[in-house]
Amino acid sequence: MDFLNYAFMQRALLAAVLVGVIAPAIGIYLVQRRQPLMGDGIGHVAMTGVGLGFLLNSSPVWMATLVSVAGSVLMELIRWYGRTRGDIALAMLFYGGMAGGVLFVNLAPGGSNANLTSYLFGSLSTVAPADVTAILVLGAAVVAVTLGLRRQLFAVSQDEEFARVTGLPVRALNLLVAVTAAVTVTVAMRVVGLILVSALMVVPVAAAQQLTRSFAATFAIAVALGVTVSIGGTITSFYEDVPPGATIVLLTIAAFAVMTALATPLARRRARATRPTGDPVECAIPATRPAGDEVGV
Amino acid sequence: MTGDERESAPVLTLRDVRAELGGRPVLRGIDLSVRPGEVVALLGANGSGKSTAVRTAIGQVPATSGAVELFGTPLRSFRDWARVGYVPQRTSAAGGVPATVSEIVSSGRLARTRFGFFRKADREAVQRALELVGMADRARDSVTALSGGQHQRVLIARALVSEPELLIMDEPMAGVDLASQEVLAATLREQVAAGATVLLVLHELGPLEPLIDRAVVLRDGCVLHDGPPPKAVGQHALPGHDHVHPHAGAEPIRTGLLS
Repeated sequence: MDFLNYAFMQRALLAAVLVGVIAPAIGIYLVQRRQPLMGDGIGHVAMTGVGLGFLLNSSPVWMATLVSVAGSVLMELIRWYGRTRGDIALAMLFYGGMAGGVLFVNLAPGGSNANLTSYLFGSLSTVAPADVTAILVLGAAVVAVTLGLRRQLFAVSQDEEFARVTGLPVRALNLLVAVTAAVTVTVAMRVVGLILVSALMVVPVAAAQQLTRSFAATFAIAVALGVTVSIGGTITSFYEDVPPGATIVLLTIAAFAVMTALATPLARRRARATRPTGDPVECAIPATRPAGDEVGV
Repeated sequence: MTGDERESAPVLTLRDVRAELGGRPVLRGIDLSVRPGEVVALLGANGSGKSTAVRTAIGQVPATSGAVELFGTPLRSFRDWARVGYVPQRTSAAGGVPATVSEIVSSGRLARTRFGFFRKADREAVQRALELVGMADRARDSVTALSGGQHQRVLIARALVSEPELLIMDEPMAGVDLASQEVLAATLREQVAAGATVLLVLHELGPLEPLIDRAVVLRDGCVLHDGPPPKAVGQHALPGHDHVHPHAGAEPIRTGLLS
């Protein structure tokens, strides 16, 4: 446990635990409304923010938060007004965000793509002492939204059309999901990196739902898994000198594989348990009488 | 307004409503009024505008002109959504993440709880709605394990859980097995007996026929007929056409090819 003696590791672990909680907690709603790649899109847009931060000589982290919140609101607006060409518009936002980041960081005095690396793939040293308060505040806000409004967000993400007829402010809730996802991306950026952040939002949820039947259980298992792999990946990267983001993502995918392997016999047992008694398992097709016009040869 | 007038004031009114989808006019001036306790079926061929008509009535599709009123209030200022139960046209209740029958039905209760706590009374309402559609024993099962008819029963329970006065259903019988059709017809009969008002979009009258007071037939976005339900004609009246009437006795009369 000697890694706990280093202040940068304490900060990195704190960030890792928080990211492990909030990434799957908001990701589950994105998966539920079948937009699992939205986090990826926000991550790309956030790169422009990081680039701008270098160029304007301000904090890349706060610029990334600002730009990715703006980008997520823009994505939500595209979803409302441009249904037909929505995917194309999103693609532009993805690539535009990435290109903007590379351009701005190279325009910055003495800047090069190397400055981007720690933001793209995460690094244990990116969590500066000044960031700890910001991480805690933003993280707490994400937890409050995803847990406190879980019934409302569940309804809106499950069936938007129906939710509107229950009188819920569907647009406001959708915007809240988008902004919360953007905040999560920038908090997670320091540990997992912008390129891989979406994996921590989606893969724990995908792994959990191999075993679960309810939304509540999927939420709980996804968060537990997120925390486990984040801590595991951060500690591994301390000893092995590998980027924490890549380690965390590969651990998550391994967990997904294990859970999928466990799921098959479980699903079979459940299917047996829920089959109504007396239901025939095999088909019995009654013998048919020969058709009237059948001609013997 | 006298008591009598209030009693018979329409719960839903559409006056000369026009609507378009993607710039193409779908409703070309529809008049429709549903009075308390009435069961009205909206009929018509595919593309005649029946789904768009109900979706305009609840604000899913904006009306380009005309007036929509719910319980005497213009749709724009209507806030009392717990009085409306809506069953959208769906073949599945499932989303991208597993959810239990009870979780889906609970989401309908948000019309009453909004941002407040989910109390004991709300949990009891969920249980009652599940019993109404005969799904109480499946409350903790994942919706993905259900048949098409059971999905529809879950969607109807989700609409009933807010204890609405007006029930709007878009093709509730589409893709529903025989057993579920009977459960749905019985559920609807109970609701109507308890005084609910119902607006149904149907492809054909089918097993719900005896419940229906009035049929409104649409063609090309216009009202073609508004009055008693039409009698089956053409191939629908032929003996080979399989209509199932659950009210006709214990064993449904089937005259289709498979009987």
